[in-house]
Order: sequence, then C-alpha cells, then structure tokens
Amino acid sequence: MTVERNVVCTFCGCLCDDINLTIEDDRIVKVEKACGNGRGLFEGYNPDPIMPKVMGRDTTFQEAVKEASRILRSARYPLIYGLSSTSSEAQRMTVQLAELIGASIDSTSSVCHGPTGLAMQAVGEPTCTLGEIKNRADLLVFWGCNPLVTHSRHFARYSAMPKGRFIPEGRRDRKVVVVDVRRSETAKSADMYLQIKQGCDFEVLLALKALIMGRTLDAVEVGGIPAEVLQQLAVEMKSCRYGVIFFGMGLTMTNGRDLNVRGVLSLVRELNDHTRFSALPMRGHGNVTGADQVMSWLCGYPFAVNYSRGYPRYGPGEYTAVDLLCSGEADCMLVIASDPAAHFPAPAVKHMETIPVIAIDPAESLTAAGASVYFPTAMYGIDCEGTAYRMDGVALRLKAPLKRKRPSDEEVLQALIEGVKSC
Amino acid sequence: MSDESFSAVCTLVTGRTLEQAKGMHIGKTEEEYRKAVDKAFLSPEVLSKLSLNEGDEVMLKTRCGKVRVRVYADAGLPEDVVFVPMGPTANALVGSDTEGSGMPSFKGLQVEVVRS
Repeated sequence: MTVERNVVCTFCGCLCDDINLTIEDDRIVKVEKACGNGRGLFEGYNPDPIMPKVMGRDTTFQEAVKEASRILRSARYPLIYGLSSTSSEAQRMTVQLAELIGASIDSTSSVCHGPTGLAMQAVGEPTCTLGEIKNRADLLVFWGCNPLVTHSRHFARYSAMPKGRFIPEGRRDRKVVVVDVRRSETAKSADMYLQIKQGCDFEVLLALKALIMGRTLDAVEVGGIPAEVLQQLAVEMKSCRYGVIFFGMGLTMTNGRDLNVRGVLSLVRELNDHTRFSALPMRGHGNVTGADQVMSWLCGYPFAVNYSRGYPRYGPGEYTAVDLLCSGEADCMLVIASDPAAHFPAPAVKHMETIPVIAIDPAESLTAAGASVYFPTAMYGIDCEGTAYRMDGVALRLKAPLKRKRPSDEEVLQALIEGVKSC
Repeated sequence: MSDESFSAVCTLVTGRTLEQAKGMHIGKTEEEYRKAVDKAFLSPEVLSKLSLNEGDEVMLKTRCGKVRVRVYADAGLPEDVVFVPMGPTANALVGSDTEGSGMPSFKGLQVEVVRS
C-alpha cells in the first residue's frame, strides 16, 4: 500500500492539487481532501485494460485505428469536438489532426464559456490568479453560478473561507454577494443575495455600471432588484479594497449570452477607476481552460475553428459543434474526452445518430456507447501524466499515481494521424 | 394555456445538481443517473396552484420538445421558473438555435407545465 500526496484532481476547473490517494493493488482505495465530485472521479476509476470497439464489438487497437482512419479520411466535413477533459499535450495533437484532415474543431467551451471568449475578445480580460484572491480579495460577487454544487472546494480553498496574507480572518474579512435567479446553495451562504429575474442580467449590469459612474437610476427596480439594493451593492463595490466577480452559465446560457459577459467585463473595467477589481469565469471541465489556451496558440482562436481551406477560420455560430450538427453539415464526428450525447440539445444528438462517431474516452459515456469506433483510454491525472490549466490560467503538471494499462489519448491521436496519412 | 388549474407558463432553467453529478460518476447508462436527471423543480406555490404533490408526473412543453417528468418543490425558485437538471431530459426541451454564438438556450426558453 502506498500513499501518493498532493495529487491534482482534474474533475473541475479548480484543479485542487492537495489530494492524497492511498493505492493498493493498482486501485485507489482511499481519497483524502477531495470533494464529492473529486472522490467520485478517483474512487470510481478502474484502470484495467478494455478492448476498443468497432460497431459495438470488441476488436484490436490496430483494427480500431484502421476503421477510424478510414472514416476520418473519407469524410467531407469532419467535426472534432471535446478536448476539455484531457491533457494539453493531447489537445495540441488534436489540433494537428484537425489541420491534417481539414476538420472543424470545437471544444466544450462553445456550450460553456464560449460567449465569455467572445466578450473577452471585445472588451479584454481583467483577470487575476486564485492565489491573489485568496490573499487579497475582500469582496466576492458570484453572478449566475453555484460553486457550492459545481466547484465544491472553491469557497474553502480559493475564495470565501481561506485566511490570506491581507485577509487574516478569512471569511470574517470578506463579503460574499450572490446574484442568481435561484436561491441556490451558494446564495444561502452569502452575506447579500440579489434575486434577479431570469434574462435580466444585462440590464442589471448596465444599471450597476451607471451607479458606479455616479449616475442616478430613473427606476424603482431593475430586473427584479430594488434600486436601493443596487445602490448598496455599487457602494460595496467601489469601497472594497480588492473585488472579484466570478460568473457562470447563468450569464452565458441565457438571453444575451456574450453581451451579458461584456456587461460584467465593462463593469469591472469601470470599477478599476475606483479600486482593484477582477473578473473570473467559473470554468467547468478540468482542462477546458487548457483547451482555450492550446487552440489559441495553435489556431489563433479559442474554439469554433475550421480548417477546410487549409488555414484556420473562426466562426462561432457556424463552426461550433451544435450548429454543425443541427444544420446537418458534419458527416463524421471525432469526440475526445466529452459526452455530447448527454449534453447537447436533442436535434444535435439526433444528427449524431446518423453519422459515424469516433469516441476517445476513459469511460463508456453515452457518446461512447453509441459510437462507431470507441477507444477506451487512460485518465489524465490518474494513470496518465500531462499538463492542465486551472480556471485562472495557471498551468499545473499532472501526476500519474496509477500504472497505465491503456493507451493514452495522445497515443490514440498519434495512431490516427499516422493512420490517416497512410490511408 | 387553457385552464390555469391544469397548466402554468414558466421559464426553463437547466443546470447542475449534486445528485446529477453523483449519478454521472456512477455512470450515465445507470438508473441512478436517469433518476437524477428525469425530474423538474418548481416553487411550492406553483405546485400548490396546480394541485400537485412532490413526485407527481407532469408534461413539460417548449417550442422545441416535450418530456414527462416527476416534479419536486424548491423553495429557492421564483414562481415563474422551472429548473431541470442538465442531461438528456433537459436537452429534449432545448432547441438548436444558438443565436450565432454556438451556445443553445439552456436557460430562458418558455416552458408550459401541464398536469397529467
């Protein structure tokens, strides 16, 4: 029995790097410090080898590569999707494959913080690290997100609770504000909760910006929030020493999408005339931030890239996976470390059922279960090393506490690149 | 909407829940996952208006699709919002329009809650 200390958990964008794992007979038998999601990731993982599948039947790795390469090579409009739960090394290789076959390549960002990327391109990114927040932030605003459910240790490790260099009393030195449609688990633990009407985020953000600029509101309420409450929040924001707005899907998945996030970023820009303020998206998948980073280095764009002309073209709404599937344009799909069959709208999933799908995933997801070709792979951060980016853009090296018995995502992608070249 | 005692028009919000995450770890092809995502939450006031008890089945209808789910109370919800955990059931209600962004309307569609 061995104990591996300070392992990185890759479940969500927090990338908590203090997890202790007890390992016995090549299985994780005890997980310490992780949240429920982290425990689920490690405890449920079985590293035993699994045969690849072609049309639901077990086959050899070579045969699966041959069939997948044939599908990719014969496609006229291939779509590559996923990337957010694998290492940045595998992400880099995926872009290489996309360029080789002239595919569209898109990450799960497009159904999470894709609109945030659009807003950042328009306004800029007033960012900071989670370390700065821990040591300095005395005002935390959580807008349209519910970290107590989605990022369970965020409060404890990075934001609300920890004692920091300039925050000696931890939670007592910080004010926590939640703006959300639902009185969520996070809202219940806030010092101030603003219940906003669904779809009114942009108006409220604009009103807050006006108040920060010293204007008065010609309204008794905006988006269901009384004007005096907004005034109170504006005062809190201007008078804090170091504020942060964390924002989530409540802004990006609803009416306004990128405009809502532009509202946040513009507000933060305005606040920096008065005090120090930052904004940070609550990134979901463990390495979705890495997917944006790697795509940006290699293609120049964070998601929704098309290589059909041999050079990268950017087109959210056109080259994004949901749009390519719902329009019926994609005639094959390679899915890496994600599960669109579980998380895409029904019309997109319906089209997936009519085209060949190749899935690369450690777990037999709904996508993998219906795939023409399925490659079971090792899990990054458990039996496969690599690099992942935390939600604040800090890169962390992932250990492999278990011995690897399956191919890595990189090995499968390398085999596909060689297979496509030799077709 | 023909009879207010039989149906209510609300706004659909989908999102994560602890139960959905737990089911996901067990496996998306398992019963626990289906149970975690095949449900909807309404405010206790709307449940009362529609004479519904927790666990009763309703039909949810949007312009993009319809599903049958069991309903449960969430006192944190406003009266005009229905919350459905993210997953295949919620996705049957979400359309293909991304408004040129790549992002479908996972939150914000009008949904009708019809008592079975």
